[in-house]
Amino acid sequence: MNAFYSLIFVFALVLIALFGVGAAHLSYFFGVILPLAAVIVFIVGIVLKVLGWGKSAVPFRIPTTGGQQQSLDWIKQNKWDNPSTASQTFIRMVFEVLFFRSLFRNTSVSLRNEDGVPVVAYSSAKWLWLFALMFHYSFLIIVLRHLRLFMDPVPFFVPVLDFMDGILQIGAPRLYMSDLLIVVGLSFLLLRRLVVPIFRYISNAADYFPLLLILGIALSGIYMRYFGKVDVIAIKELTMGLVTLSPKVPAGIDASFYVHIALVSTLLIYFPFSKLMHMGGVFLSPTRNMPNNTRIVHHENPWNPDVKPHSYEAYEDDFREHMIEAGLPVEKQA
Amino acid sequence: MADFKTKPDELYKSIDHTPPKAGWMDVPAQFRPGNWCYPAKPEVLDYIGFPNGRKWSPADEDWKLPENWKDIIHQGFRERLEKFRSLKIFMDVCVRCGACADKCHYFIGSGDPKNMPVLRAELLRSVYRKDFTTAGKILGKLNGARVLEEDVLKEWFLYFYQCTECRRCSLFCPYGIDTAEITMMARELLNLVGCNINWIQEPVANCQRTGNHLGIQPHAFKDIVDFMVDDIEEVTGKRIHVPMNEKGHEILFITPSGDVFADPGIYTFMGYLMLFDAIGLDYTMSTYASEGGNFGLFTDNVVAKKLNAKMYAEAKRLGVKWILGGECGHMWRVINQYMDTFNGPPDFLQMPKSPITGTVFKNAASTKMVHITEFTADLIKHRKLKLDPSRNDHFTVTFHDSCNPARGMGLLEEPRYVIKNVCNNFYEMPAQTIREQTFCCAGGAGLGTDEFMDMRMRGGLPRGNALRYVRDKYGVNRMACICAIDRATLVPLADYWANGVDISGIHELVGNALILDGEKEREVDLRQEPLPGKEG
Ligand code: HEM
Ligand code: SF4
Ligand code: SF4
Repeated sequence: MNAFYSLIFVFALVLIALFGVGAAHLSYFFGVILPLAAVIVFIVGIVLKVLGWGKSAVPFRIPTTGGQQQSLDWIKQNKWDNPSTASQTFIRMVFEVLFFRSLFRNTSVSLRNEDGVPVVAYSSAKWLWLFALMFHYSFLIIVLRHLRLFMDPVPFFVPVLDFMDGILQIGAPRLYMSDLLIVVGLSFLLLRRLVVPIFRYISNAADYFPLLLILGIALSGIYMRYFGKVDVIAIKELTMGLVTLSPKVPAGIDASFYVHIALVSTLLIYFPFSKLMHMGGVFLSPTRNMPNNTRIVHHENPWNPDVKPHSYEAYEDDFREHMIEAGLPVEKQA
Repeated sequence: MADFKTKPDELYKSIDHTPPKAGWMDVPAQFRPGNWCYPAKPEVLDYIGFPNGRKWSPADEDWKLPENWKDIIHQGFRERLEKFRSLKIFMDVCVRCGACADKCHYFIGSGDPKNMPVLRAELLRSVYRKDFTTAGKILGKLNGARVLEEDVLKEWFLYFYQCTECRRCSLFCPYGIDTAEITMMARELLNLVGCNINWIQEPVANCQRTGNHLGIQPHAFKDIVDFMVDDIEEVTGKRIHVPMNEKGHEILFITPSGDVFADPGIYTFMGYLMLFDAIGLDYTMSTYASEGGNFGLFTDNVVAKKLNAKMYAEAKRLGVKWILGGECGHMWRVINQYMDTFNGPPDFLQMPKSPITGTVFKNAASTKMVHITEFTADLIKHRKLKLDPSRNDHFTVTFHDSCNPARGMGLLEEPRYVIKNVCNNFYEMPAQTIREQTFCCAGGAGLGTDEFMDMRMRGGLPRGNALRYVRDKYGVNRMACICAIDRATLVPLADYWANGVDISGIHELVGNALILDGEKEREVDLRQEPLPGKEG
């Protein structure tokens, strides 16, 4: 049901864009106003969210330790899973952000019966890690390739990326691997939610929606490049108009482009209010971005409450006679 | 195990990981015997100054909540979002990828989907979305938001007291979302409306007054220690002196009171005393700070700070140079990650340095507190102990990493090094169940009480099954651990899932192997069982 609602919603977006540009002649709205507004919401939204996180205190240093601590000199520390300095922590974060280190640990549990003996078995389950990486890196590469539409001259790495991505030299226009991989990655992520009962159970509309939305973006993009063969020169005129804030809407741009850009705008607007903010959160997560060194370096709690223990004096007052009788030293004689 | 009668086979067969048809928001919490802990007694709450103490039961329809309970929770939630960035981030960034789902021992053993860490957290998150986010206010259920009703609060109580704050889920989460942290926050919120459990609040109250969870008063504490000195004499022929509340020593030794009081912890306690005697350590114990553990951690950060403060206060009063800490799990989470922030830095103490080997414990430079296995491993490395590991030859040993030292510290090699030097037969359990991936005893974070036995045995399945595996494969008959809660909770767990395996601390094994100057020829181990070759 949740998946269905999300699908309907993405379809609705597509239809609105098609209708808006085709019948209602709203190409200026879809080509200029909507994208500009979306970028503003995206940036302001992210900044506010991150500032909101930053405003909250970090009272304790609570890394989740994933290996041997810094200890006696002859015991080998696992520096990247249990860092005790800032630079080790930096490396932990690099692994976390670039390679999804924690997800790489993933296992899957099954309960079996082997000759009447109960066996709780754990098998390695790196599929999620693999397809998640596939999706994210394809997405990243695609975003970077898009810079050719927004910059003049095009930065040096974009043609390089372009070449590498199309190195298979299949078809004309050349097939980008990232286009294929993002669709494969997204399809896997979607299917596992639909097919595996427990993932289906935990998924709500907010989980299907971004997947379907991004899939919609990817598919509309693929259509434009390989099937619709849209007029890229005209589109670059439009996109450059956006970045230079001198908007114009050249004639002859196919409706599929407006669908694409409407979906992208939706993603940008949706982003700051959704789980997609994991992009920022991963950097700020206190169980990952802090070293395990509270015993070595003091950490200050900005709101450290002023509480005192039940004092020794009160304790002795309570038990003095017994203590003397038992031969325990006391501060004050009875 | 008062009323808990389900056989292991039946329990195992009853586990079903298929989720129900109805969505989780539509399945109300079900309180049945064995899956919840008794609520705190009103007089206990009054003593520690917690609000809304009353007689009530989770099984009742009416929880007698204060009239404005929704407001109280809302305000408390808002306040904690400002005070804990962890909470705010963990509320916002979960993508429900499900990587944590089957990592929780309670889910593995119960199949209840709300024991998947992701849904446990969603119980809180759903209310967060409704109350504190724009998208949640507008989209409601579509965005996974819902209104805080009494049924929701009941779910909170049930499931946040079915989490042992073990952090296994956090290890696997791509953003490090720590459900233990979320559980701590939820328990603080529940405290505000007087919904908490006696097994946590009573030890807290005891600890405040008498210095330890069990409420042992100073003279009784000394008596118990004297009994153990007697027992040591019986086994070794040596009478040991244990300094208590004495000023002017170098080191203050603090261990969980479970070691002093409860079988099999007492044998570990004897092991400490024998070790200190063997190396002539200049130390004292304290009856005022006679609790290493800190049940405050399981209920409220301010209480945790308050209880923890006794350690430094006593170290200062007695004028020691540094503190040595015994074998305990959550105690070491507090010392390693909270103590210095709570009550430090303790400028009146000195950099911990082993008086025997001269080793400086640089990893305790600020907090000035050293773990006993760090200390002992260093002694062994420098060959300062005379050991006869064959006195443990009647044991085939495995090691259970306790959650907190594993995932809140990283104390993995030190205990293993000690064990391997005092025992000849040591085997590891499967890799996915040890070290940082270790499974909980299912009785931590204040849930190790008898009325909770059904869930404890369910949650104990992953640990118990791994233990059974090494029992059958290698003949393991002893599981060592470095946690006082473990030493209490693993005993019924092993009886249930891997019958025939005993539980002990590491320093019990040290005590067996340790050769004291002038001791008599030993016939029995610390449990007064015949040594290998001395039977019959
Ligand atoms: C620093 C940047 C980022 C990191 C480290 C990161 C990491 C991750 C990880 C580890 C997952 C969980 C695995 C999975 O469910 O696929 C995930 C999920 C996801 N990410 Fe990212 N991400 C980042 C940026 C982004 C961006 C920019 C987007 C797109 C706009 C995005 C979209 C998603 C989506 C839609 C999912 C959910 C997949 C699902 O529902 O199964 N991520 N991310
Ligand atoms: S692993 Fe982390 S992000 Fe994934 S569902 Fe669990 S808590 Fe959420
Ligand atoms: S902290 Fe432990 S008990 Fe709690 S949800 Fe995570 S895995 Fe389960």
